[in-house]
Amino acid sequence: MTDLLNAIVAIANYVLIPGLAYGSQLSLGALGVTLIYGILRFSNFAHGDTMAFGTMVTILFTWWFQSIGISIAPLPTALLALPFGIVLTALLVLGTDRVVYRFYRARRAAPVILVIVSMGVMFMMNGLVRFIIGPDDQRFADGARFLIKAREFKQWTGLSEGLAIRTSQAITVVTAVVVVALLFWFLMKTRTGKSMRAYSDNEDLALLSGISPERVVMITWLIVAALATVAGVLYGLDKSFKPFTYFQLLLPIFASAVVGGLGNPIGAIAGGFVVAFSEVTITYAWKKVLVYLLPEDLEPAGLAQLLSTDYKFAVSFALLIMVLLFRPTGLFRGKTA
Amino acid sequence: MNINWKNIALFALVAVLILGTGFMQSWNTALLILNMGLISAIMAIGVNMQWGYAGLFNIGIMGFVAIGGLATVLTAMPPVKEAWAAGGLRMMLALAAGAAAIAGAVRIHRKMVPGRRRMLALVAWLIAGFVLYRQLFDPAAMAIEAVNPASTGYLGGAGLPVLLAWPLGGLMAAGVAWVIGKTALGLRADYLAIATLGIAEIIVAMMKNEDWLDRGVKNVVGIPRPLPYEIDLQRDPGFVEGAAALGLDPVTASTLFVKLGYGVMFALVLLVVLWLAQMALNSPWGRMMRAIRDNEVAAEAMGKDVVARHLQIFILGSAVVGIAGAMMTTLDGQLTPGAYQPLRFTFLIWVMVIVGGSGNNWGAILGGFLIWFLWVQVEPLGKMLMDLVTAPLPDGALKAHLLESVAHMRLFTMGLILLLVLRFSPRGLIPEK
Repeated sequence: MTDLLNAIVAIANYVLIPGLAYGSQLSLGALGVTLIYGILRFSNFAHGDTMAFGTMVTILFTWWFQSIGISIAPLPTALLALPFGIVLTALLVLGTDRVVYRFYRARRAAPVILVIVSMGVMFMMNGLVRFIIGPDDQRFADGARFLIKAREFKQWTGLSEGLAIRTSQAITVVTAVVVVALLFWFLMKTRTGKSMRAYSDNEDLALLSGISPERVVMITWLIVAALATVAGVLYGLDKSFKPFTYFQLLLPIFASAVVGGLGNPIGAIAGGFVVAFSEVTITYAWKKVLVYLLPEDLEPAGLAQLLSTDYKFAVSFALLIMVLLFRPTGLFRGKTA
Repeated sequence: MNINWKNIALFALVAVLILGTGFMQSWNTALLILNMGLISAIMAIGVNMQWGYAGLFNIGIMGFVAIGGLATVLTAMPPVKEAWAAGGLRMMLALAAGAAAIAGAVRIHRKMVPGRRRMLALVAWLIAGFVLYRQLFDPAAMAIEAVNPASTGYLGGAGLPVLLAWPLGGLMAAGVAWVIGKTALGLRADYLAIATLGIAEIIVAMMKNEDWLDRGVKNVVGIPRPLPYEIDLQRDPGFVEGAAALGLDPVTASTLFVKLGYGVMFALVLLVVLWLAQMALNSPWGRMMRAIRDNEVAAEAMGKDVVARHLQIFILGSAVVGIAGAMMTTLDGQLTPGAYQPLRFTFLIWVMVIVGGSGNNWGAILGGFLIWFLWVQVEPLGKMLMDLVTAPLPDGALKAHLLESVAHMRLFTMGLILLLVLRFSPRGLIPEK
């Protein structure tokens, strides 16, 4: 019986909780990609770097707050700085839209041209972020580190496996739930949200019914800026901030959006968790759990790890390619491939 | 034949830039830019074949460059006999088993009626295949990697002349492209982009982790060279005498000689590739490709096999990129899988093609040289500029930060150039005719 409990705790500690946190971060990122795809109709390669920009601004404000002694301990100061990050990121993406994307939208350029344009924006944002904060790792998490410590959990339950929940993980999940609830309330209940969905479903009909496309696009960018900044800050709090890592995050985020079905918000969320959990489960060494569950003579000799952790990104992509091949519209029927 | 003075002027500009580097900085730098410019131009031609001729949006270039690099190791490095004895055959068996498992899965997928039973059969087959593969693979890889891990720990290559790696790199890239093309080419443009981006990441991840194959992140160094080593030249009295006659000291002369040698070899490859690409573009086949690119439905209605042609051009373009990748690893003399990054090896090549002019091979070459020159020189130029700007500032954290950040100007500049060209000259510097 204790073996079973130990196995459950081990799974929760090494698979469930990290997977939930990572999945929430990916979902928020994928929601941004999917909204752009639904409304502006292109895959935004600059999304990872938008996240990096928002996080960078938030970090700069966090440092400033820390230096003048403002804090909301035990919560991390970054949460206080987050709104400022969102506002500046919103200004940046609105400016980019005005200077870059609007030109192509006006002449109804092919989506693939917009993708290439977004590659240019990606380069520039990437350079900008490295220019301002440098290419190095930055840690900016402060406040209480753990909600539940592994040692306390062991003492409290008497099990040999510990369960640790970091504050950042808890904050990630709670924030993600709040943000997603707000987003869906907005999309489903408000007039503006409905006009956005109408525009996404059928641009021409939406125009005929008097929806202003520029307004829809502007609101989309505002939401995307908020989502990207929140996702980036949560990821940075949970792990650390490094511009190159954020650029690489683009890969699992795209995978999540496509797996769920590009253009479908519910799909983006589901896709985020599917990708996160497949990454974690396939690269986790299951030996620990199997030792508890199997009789002694059946214990695995190796680590019982399906793939080494270095193949993390490969897992999300293998998944992506399989979905593209066998169900091109994604699990939740996004726009046609 | 009308001479296009604008294009000649553009190429002259590139020549002036490189010669200027030679006079202002050093001839070694200039030759380095020239050599990498030649390689970049070949890569750009490969991408241009896919995007410019056929409209295929492949952003997995990095993967093919890396495959070319791998080919260099597999061709030129001496075989490690102990490692082969320890687990070479077992490894081959494991790989064969893996391939058989995948081939069997494809067969099951094709032959059985779609439905739950096929799904179950596929899953069962794949799980069984994976377990068998890992049973064979793990001990073999461990045995190989245990052989003298500090210096070898891998199977080594075939010990063939390194120049053979160039065609072989093309062939290996073509083989990989066939597999990818078979699976991913049916996808719409941005899905194909995402899929190829991911496949390139997988290829590089494999090269980083499969130590038995290429030592992974421990890198393979000392790949044999097609040219003599500088140190040997400096010892050669004939060479030293020749250098003295030109008024050069032996050390400089030897480095210049080797770089020039590479330059001549790369230029020959570039000329051959360019000639073939131009012939193909101007042939009926090239016209068919552009017809497919411009209107797939119409071309299909005319009886053209769009899927087969797409696969064909995808393989050809990837092979060209693979050749260039093998050349680059030969030039470096080492394979460092950690150095393959999408910004440098995928997106930068795309900037070259777009800026040069998609659909035009001369444009691709111009873009290759010009963008490579800027990629290298933006840093010193930016530093000069920043020195000038910050000169009136008092010494302090801000000034130090600004001066330090100049290194990151190049990404920003590349993005700016790409956006400016796309906006104001969307067909590139040398547009398609």
